[in-house]
Amino acid sequence: MKQRTIVEILKNLDNKTYSSRELTQDYINAIESQDKVLNAFITKDFESALARADEIDQLRSKGDAPRLAGVPIAHKDIFCTEGVRTTAGSKILENFIAPYSSTVVSQLADSGVIMLGKVNMDEFAMGSSNENSFFGPVRNPWDISKIPGGSSGGSAVAVAAGLCAAATGTDTGGSIRQPASMCGITGIKPTYGRISRWGIIAYASSLDQAGPMTRTAEDAAIMLQVMAGHDPKDSTSINAPVPDYQSSLNDSIEGLRIGLCKEYFSDGLDDNIARAIQNAISILESKGATITEVSLPTVKHAIPAYYVIAPAEASANLARYDGVRFGYRCDQPKDLADLYLRSRTEGFGAEVKNRIMVGCFALSAGYYDAYYGKAQQIRRLIKNDFMEAFKTVDIILGPTTPSTAFNLGEKSDDPISMYLQDIYTVTSNLVGLPAASIPAGFSDGMPIGMQLIGNYLSEATLLNVAHQFQLETDFHLKSPGEVA
Amino acid sequence: MSRSDWEVVIGLEIHTQLNTRSKIFSGASTEFGAEPNTQASAVDLGLPGVLPVVNEAVFRKAVAFGLGVNATINKISFFDRKNYFYPDLPKGYQITQLAKPVVEFGEVSIQLGDGSERLIHITRAHLEEDAGKSIHDEFHNQTGIDLNRAGIPLLEIVSEPELRSAEEAVAYAKKIHQIVTSLDISDGDMSQGSLRCDANVSVRRIGEKELGTRTETKNVNSFRFLEAAINYEIERQIDELEAGRRIIQETRLYDPRKNETRPMRSKETATDYRYFPEPDLLPVEIDDTYIEQIRQSLPELPEAKAERYCRDYKISMQDATVLAADPAVATYFETVAKMTDDTNLVNNWIRVEVLGRLNRDDLGIHQAPISPAQLAAIIQKIGDGVISGKIAKSVFEAVWDGDAIDVNEYIETNDLTQVSDDSALAPMIDQIIRDNPKQVEQYLAGKTKLIGFFVGQVMKQTGGKAHPQQVNDLLMTRLK
Repeated sequence: MKQRTIVEILKNLDNKTYSSRELTQDYINAIESQDKVLNAFITKDFESALARADEIDQLRSKGDAPRLAGVPIAHKDIFCTEGVRTTAGSKILENFIAPYSSTVVSQLADSGVIMLGKVNMDEFAMGSSNENSFFGPVRNPWDISKIPGGSSGGSAVAVAAGLCAAATGTDTGGSIRQPASMCGITGIKPTYGRISRWGIIAYASSLDQAGPMTRTAEDAAIMLQVMAGHDPKDSTSINAPVPDYQSSLNDSIEGLRIGLCKEYFSDGLDDNIARAIQNAISILESKGATITEVSLPTVKHAIPAYYVIAPAEASANLARYDGVRFGYRCDQPKDLADLYLRSRTEGFGAEVKNRIMVGCFALSAGYYDAYYGKAQQIRRLIKNDFMEAFKTVDIILGPTTPSTAFNLGEKSDDPISMYLQDIYTVTSNLVGLPAASIPAGFSDGMPIGMQLIGNYLSEATLLNVAHQFQLETDFHLKSPGEVA
Repeated sequence: MSRSDWEVVIGLEIHTQLNTRSKIFSGASTEFGAEPNTQASAVDLGLPGVLPVVNEAVFRKAVAFGLGVNATINKISFFDRKNYFYPDLPKGYQITQLAKPVVEFGEVSIQLGDGSERLIHITRAHLEEDAGKSIHDEFHNQTGIDLNRAGIPLLEIVSEPELRSAEEAVAYAKKIHQIVTSLDISDGDMSQGSLRCDANVSVRRIGEKELGTRTETKNVNSFRFLEAAINYEIERQIDELEAGRRIIQETRLYDPRKNETRPMRSKETATDYRYFPEPDLLPVEIDDTYIEQIRQSLPELPEAKAERYCRDYKISMQDATVLAADPAVATYFETVAKMTDDTNLVNNWIRVEVLGRLNRDDLGIHQAPISPAQLAAIIQKIGDGVISGKIAKSVFEAVWDGDAIDVNEYIETNDLTQVSDDSALAPMIDQIIRDNPKQVEQYLAGKTKLIGFFVGQVMKQTGGKAHPQQVNDLLMTRLK
């Protein structure tokens, strides 16, 4: 089927080419036919979606529809959605009905989007292949023997396969950008604190950040416009005005200073990806951008630092899943210790338990300084490197991932190789910088992603560059064939 | 060995519930006594996705405490997570301040029974959230969890291990109680758990440098129990050590029914709390203007108040300290003093009569059956010579017992006005002189002490309504 952008949808709804109900039904049909294979959705909410579509049609006929009225979207199943099951991809929350909505869900609902359902993810956002979901792996629509990336794999696949117009994702170490890259779509992780974390099930609080996953940079700008902003319910959210992201999309990039980080073009990088990025660079140069090499010597420590800090925070964030108040509880606990032990042993998947144990170890007496303390020092050093680089360049450009999507099961027994998937993405989480991934080519039929990293609160610049690139290329317009 | 060969080392951790309207990290109410789990929001329940937001009022109260004990106020403080599993701890961690508390390095001086004073240092006072309550005795074979208390703001005040006896520990705890209630940062109601003491106790032989192994007796909720628990623990530890055994570092619980401490069921299997900075909250910055504003609005603390009473009302420091100790008593005193001329009478009447009876009847000053206005009326009548001190006491009793409301009316109705008219007293005195010739003779012969006998006779005949000095003067003229 033809995949629609938000811009097209809004135009067609305005022109009455189709009604919101017709459009919603169209997406529902696509999900019904393709998702048995792709497994992007954990929970489908079609009845409510159609009811909401009817409301939107009425509002439109009265002429007071909110700005995204009728845009069908899906939420990563990490966003609490009032009255709807919210699982975080885990057995431990298999039957958890959220009693309140996250700020992101409320903001988007107020803007008139139609939620088709909740999409698949690695359990508690821990993973780079979406194979860690209790609800089964998600398949890449470009080749169903391959993984879609993770942890926002369901979001990326739903957008790439045309099962929704846009999806929300979260990114703790690359979880928006890496699956966006592997599925050929656009994704942006904004500055830490730009989007409220209220109601997003926490993985690693100092790194988690929500963002939109869309077909185009323009759609990402439209979504981000609604999602961004200060929230008094999140103490770490930034209290700064939200610029008009769409209005700067067409700014010229003449004179834009692009930094290439030599550490991001090292040994582990696939040749086809390297070539695609070189090609992208020349396109941007032709539009007036200048290229400088920058060095970020400490980024080589980013992966180890990330895999200490994220599990440490996760070990505390996941302590509330104890079988006492909500979520999975083991059968017939014989005492309190048994209740804790078996509820958590049975309720969490293997990767989650790995990370909880790593995190507990890193924080334990006698090891704190050597692990957690040192990881925080590395974090500061990496930040210094980036701040130094941003004195001479506006954005830093490179590949999003070292390889294109790999086969399901290929790295299941090789956690280090799996963790290295995040090698180019974790740095911006550790520093809190905004970063986007946009389609930049194909390698053996699989999408290649290009990453743009900017300074704090430079989302408008990233989207501007991404849009200007997309005006010159058509990688983002390519669609996988239908899988069923 | 004897007991005097041992030195006792005590440090107290006092958990004070701050009297804010809403909780430290959520908007839920802090009202005491509501139905279980009716004052627990999504944040207090630790639902997936919730985030804490600091209630600014807790910092104002913590800073007020810091200023009240001459402490350092940290311009930047931050919260940490203390990780442990327990059913009444919904998130599986407590948000507290470990590495950088809001208050450090304070001091208070305590007064001991022998009149001496000691300066006790306060290591730190940090903000944290209270846990919920586990209710073990109401459900057969099950534990109830009430999360109304989860998230109530606590200021944990930690002393240096400088206390050397149960008496000192209690004097210190009372002093802290006095400060937090005077500053109006806590209601200090120990029966409702608003102020709870953990006592770290160890003993060592006199002259030893190393501290002995300590035990921590938790959640003691009255001064009497605190004294008993510490004394029990001191005796137990000395007995153990003298018997050649060793002290196990553990948490203990005081049982007031048996007057003993015993090891507590361990709250958590591991003692490693894996503290780390709370990533959901930013460091809290406090500037000088903020601190100065709080300093300006601080209520007068008991010590300063006592000094003022001593100076302005010309009463002894000892009396002033008693009157200033409790802010409610102090207010009572100042109200009565404003309505009367003789502050020394007010001082004596409040300390001896009012506080004495409150103590006897186990009442608080708010429950005193006599209002400041009623007491002032009585005292004014004494000063004006309308009634004698003795009559005044009977009026006071009548008001206290509810037999009188309007002091003036009561004096009128019961004809208690002092007989101060010379013409009324003169015939009575003449008659008494006539009736007691022997005593008159002895008096005139130099036994002047007999004047008391004559005064007594007059007082008896007037039913106590005569003014003794006036009677005395009249007698002296007649008996020349």
